[in-house]
Amino acid sequence: MSIRFGVIVFPGSNCDHDAYHVTKHVFGQDARFIWHKESDLGDVDFVIIPGGFSYGDYLRSGAIARFSPIMKDVVRFANAGGAVLGICNGFQILCESGLLPGALMRNESLRFTCKDVLLRTENSSSLFTNDLALGEIIRVPIAHGEGNFFASEPVLDRLEGEGQVAFKYCDAAGAITAASNPNGASRGIAGILNEGGNVLGMMPHPERASEAILGRTDGAKIFSSIVKSLVEA
Amino acid sequence: MFKANITITLRTSILDPQGKATGHALGELGYKAVQSVRIGKYVELEIDAPTHAEAALVAKSACQDLLANSVMEDYHVEIQELVAN
Repeated sequence: MSIRFGVIVFPGSNCDHDAYHVTKHVFGQDARFIWHKESDLGDVDFVIIPGGFSYGDYLRSGAIARFSPIMKDVVRFANAGGAVLGICNGFQILCESGLLPGALMRNESLRFTCKDVLLRTENSSSLFTNDLALGEIIRVPIAHGEGNFFASEPVLDRLEGEGQVAFKYCDAAGAITAASNPNGASRGIAGILNEGGNVLGMMPHPERASEAILGRTDGAKIFSSIVKSLVEA
Repeated sequence: MFKANITITLRTSILDPQGKATGHALGELGYKAVQSVRIGKYVELEIDAPTHAEAALVAKSACQDLLANSVMEDYHVEIQELVAN
């Protein structure tokens, strides 16, 4: 049985086709686009909020997209335990919508940064990461100007204590250092899970690193985790 | 009719790299008296409300719901009455 992936499309989304391509053609699952004006997700098993610049990043990244009609159903779906992956702008939208804690601020460098980064796997038991080993380092690209994850110290402590940090930016030895942090994110955090473990937001783009022809395949482990988790469920 | 002049800035506990870089540039220009710079956003709302207080409530609610992200930003609202010509 195929997993039905729904990829939300906002005006300004630009990684929607990448997410569709990976789930549909690389992993052979069912995938469909869902326009943001829809009010119902339909019978999807998994929701992807893709990268891009929804609403031109007006006001704040993700701030306006959060009020698109489809987001009400995404919140309902997530609160009912449905699996949701937000990549880059998708992560920003998940934070703005309250499905994930914290916020994504402007990069400390003030520059849009587009390059490969190394990520250390901090949680290898979630439905998004169970094909990875704890501490496993993967190479995935980032492309953002506002990826500087911020949350209050108590929230950061809770995220770390509860295993809700999925990935941190690291160096080749797996160390979390200032030099390995591309945007100034608190504690080097690149991706977080919600309390229930069914929502993941991450700034790096695994969908751009899931095929040998693209020169990187580490991101495929996130999609293989998802497929394995949902097929077994 | 009222006008709300709203300024939104990063919370004071959060480093503002834009402000810091601009502060450095002012220092280079000789503005030694400038001790710090913080950069934010400015939003104007025209609000049809019966009283000053009610216009302020609308503006604050708009800040909380959309205009500012309370995780990282503070907002300041000033209300002025618009006098018809």
